[in-house]
Amino acid sequence: MAKITSRIEIQKTYKVFIGGQFPRTESGRYYPLNDKKGNVIANICLCSRKDFRNAEVAARGAQGGWAARSAFNRGQILYRIAEMLEGRKEQFVAELIAQGSSTAAARQEVERSIDRMVYYSGWCDKFQQVYSAVNPVASSHFNFSVPEPTGVVAIIADENTSLLGLVTAIAPVIAGGNTCVVLASETRPLCAVTFAEVLNTSDLPAGVVNILTGSSAELHAHFSNHMDVNAVLYYRNDKAEIKAIQENASLNVKRVFIYNKTDVNSEKAQSPYFIMDVQEIKTTWHPVENIGAAKAGY
Amino acid sequence: MALKTIIPDFRKTSPVDQVGIEERVARFTTRSIKKSSKMQGLKMVLSMIDLTTLEGKDTEGKVKQMCYKAAHLHDVIPGLPSVAAVCVYPSMVKAAKDALKGTDIKVASVSTAFPSGQSTPEIKILDTKFAVEHGADEIDMVISRGEFLKGNYNFVFEEIAAIKEACGKARLKVIFETGELSTLDNVRKASDIAMYAGADFIKTSTGKISPAATMPVTLVMLEAIRDYYYATGRMVGMKPAGGISTSKLALQYLIMVHETLGAAWLSNEWFRFGASSLANDVLMQIAKETHGVYQSPDYFSKD
Repeated sequence: MAKITSRIEIQKTYKVFIGGQFPRTESGRYYPLNDKKGNVIANICLCSRKDFRNAEVAARGAQGGWAARSAFNRGQILYRIAEMLEGRKEQFVAELIAQGSSTAAARQEVERSIDRMVYYSGWCDKFQQVYSAVNPVASSHFNFSVPEPTGVVAIIADENTSLLGLVTAIAPVIAGGNTCVVLASETRPLCAVTFAEVLNTSDLPAGVVNILTGSSAELHAHFSNHMDVNAVLYYRNDKAEIKAIQENASLNVKRVFIYNKTDVNSEKAQSPYFIMDVQEIKTTWHPVENIGAAKAGY
Repeated sequence: MALKTIIPDFRKTSPVDQVGIEERVARFTTRSIKKSSKMQGLKMVLSMIDLTTLEGKDTEGKVKQMCYKAAHLHDVIPGLPSVAAVCVYPSMVKAAKDALKGTDIKVASVSTAFPSGQSTPEIKILDTKFAVEHGADEIDMVISRGEFLKGNYNFVFEEIAAIKEACGKARLKVIFETGELSTLDNVRKASDIAMYAGADFIKTSTGKISPAATMPVTLVMLEAIRDYYYATGRMVGMKPAGGISTSKLALQYLIMVHETLGAAWLSNEWFRFGASSLANDVLMQIAKETHGVYQSPDYFSKD
């Protein structure tokens, strides 16, 4: 009997993440991902319009429940994501290296991603108090404004990073109680799929984050013209796509944020204002008793 | 028209091949219907819906609002049909009838102590007559599932026949509550009993019990209708109710009707969907085909 000298490594199937599950694209299309030497390292799902539709339905279904959770609990879950990321650091580093990063750069990108997750985890139960206000009004009303989540956010994430761009885009959106559908980097998609596995083991409810892989050229129109999407975030720099997104978004007056000038590697890519971009301000006029010409307290 | 029919022995109803039914149903879900045929199918689905509100909290206002929706599904898109009927409790029949004056939308009323059917025969007949007197065009009765499961088929038969008589001109739909009958054999048996007792429609469920309408159950009932038609020459309608909330599923039901009973049954005289949320999903699909982009429920009236 021949002696087995080496075993064949089991290759991972990179699938997409919709509604807490890992289906293949419904279109049955794939594109090969090559390493620096031109060897195929994975077949990646080339998602279609219908994958986006399914993901949007999952995101909409999850939105009410996610927004209704206490801010503190959302913070705990984001922190849990960071913990899980930390535990799988080596896998992310290896994937980044396979996609062309140097070891030092890969390690830095993963560490920044984890730190950024912790950063937004902290903001979950703080931004609302910072950005709420009690407003002075000239009638007997207690008048106050509070931020509330916009709803379902469609995100086309940074093309040049595999993990950091994804975390930078997703964290502020879900920290504020929104749910999202994200298109991962087309040329560096490996970490997106592994990140989905992290999300799936972090107590994050199914559907809060949905991750697709594929081409922005094909999908940006669907991301921006879906009537049940409330905001679009775009982290790339294609002028034609930006114009099309802005035009399509006018159909139902979605919020559009083009972060093409945002360098996800810099400190400036994290701030509570990214949370506030996908928040709506609700103002409430609460009648105050005005007996015997007593003045309102505020 | 009097039909001389020999009433079969219901204890000997032919058993249903469950595996065969499930395989057949799986085939119906693989058909691809696109573009103009899809549009036609969706409009047909709309015209077959019995828009339903059967809640303890129903009020005249709620019923009036639903009736408006029944007649004006989505006026933004011209050329849409209205639904077939609205389905309400007997106490709401008058309100529905008034609200639908001038339209050809029917008013269907549940009766016979819906949804449990646990009441005396006298009360069930009074319940039915009350609805008919207030103008109900159709009566949806429930069978006594307890008696049926005891094997008391004569009781069930007599009861349906008595309600049919009380209906007068109103068409009678007989609800089996298939979720409580537990086997497909029982569904087949109940279908035979109801049709021979004079049902104009057979209907799966009240919508109060899960599982409600499923494709296998519906297929068994459709096959019973087909066999009954071959035996007697009388057409009986079918109404799956509850649990059908997407257009895709509704289209698959239409395929099943077409391939089991034929095109003659593809009108709202012989086929209905009992549903409340289906209408909006179909409208969203039609709007998607019309405007080219996926729609949001925010832009469609709640019923």
